[in-house]
Amino acid sequence: MHELSIAMSIVEMAEEEAVARGNAQVHAVLLRLGLLSGIVKEALVSSYEMACAGTLLGGSRLLIEDIPVEIFCPVCRCSRQIASIQRLCCPECGALASEVVKGRELELVALELSE
Amino acid sequence: MTAAPRLVEVRKNILKHNDLVAHELREHFRESGVYVVSLVSSPGSGKTAFLEKTLTCLRSRSRVAALVGDLATENDAARLARSQAPVKQIITGTVCHLDAQMVKTALDNWNVGPLDYLFIENVGNLVCPSSYDLGENLRLVLLSVTEGEDKPLKYPTIFNSADVAIITKTDLAAAVEFDPRTAEANIQSVCPGMHTLQLSSKTGAGMTEFLALLDSHRNHR
Repeated sequence: MHELSIAMSIVEMAEEEAVARGNAQVHAVLLRLGLLSGIVKEALVSSYEMACAGTLLGGSRLLIEDIPVEIFCPVCRCSRQIASIQRLCCPECGALASEVVKGRELELVALELSE
Repeated sequence: MTAAPRLVEVRKNILKHNDLVAHELREHFRESGVYVVSLVSSPGSGKTAFLEKTLTCLRSRSRVAALVGDLATENDAARLARSQAPVKQIITGTVCHLDAQMVKTALDNWNVGPLDYLFIENVGNLVCPSSYDLGENLRLVLLSVTEGEDKPLKYPTIFNSADVAIITKTDLAAAVEFDPRTAEANIQSVCPGMHTLQLSSKTGAGMTEFLALLDSHRNHR
């Protein structure tokens, strides 16, 4: 259950941005979350509310964009999205693929704010 | 009057601070010439027994030390101290994983320069440690035969974050009807190409292969 510490990092990072913009009011935080990031979305959303309390982010929403996992298929020589992180193989040719090109993201993308 | 809300692009990695400290640690380890190996697994999979055996085997020919993460007790450090290698405990309290800053703090005033190998035993947890780079050179994930062959499918992220999978407690394999081929197939499914080793810290079976693998990774870093 490390989602609370991740939520606190998100709040801290967003607060810094808000302060740099003259204590802007933050309405929403946009996050990109890869399926291989190791973060459980539901746990992060509930931790976020707790982490926001008493900060500049109080009352703001956390909007999460799920990023599916893409592997690079060594046979097809291109990136392909996979359906399950339990099987890292090319959905077209079935080759096992160890190179993950997308899906580990844990990124603060943007803030919706009023200055 | 407050202006209408607008969208401001930020684009920052949430784990930026951890990754930065991990990068500094990795540089520090490289400059010091120490090879750093971390261990992750579920609680009770035999990390401490495996590490005690490894430290004991290595001590006659290499300079080794260990950092051990635990939620509450210093029992693991006390067990590892039997190997007579320098051991330091990191008590994480309620935190379920080690992060790079904890490693950095634990290494303050500890000169790793004379070491060949430093081992970092993470808190027993197959979920949270996967997100945190500790600056290690090699990450081992342990899976004991008593946990069942499907652990990799249940925790694909941590297996995918590791470099080598070690199947432990093989002396108990027959008793629990562990099927190594199924385990291997599951490991390959979540992390294609992963090197897997089977060993028993109790009997020592597989330790020679493991020590050879360590040396080969260290020489090829």
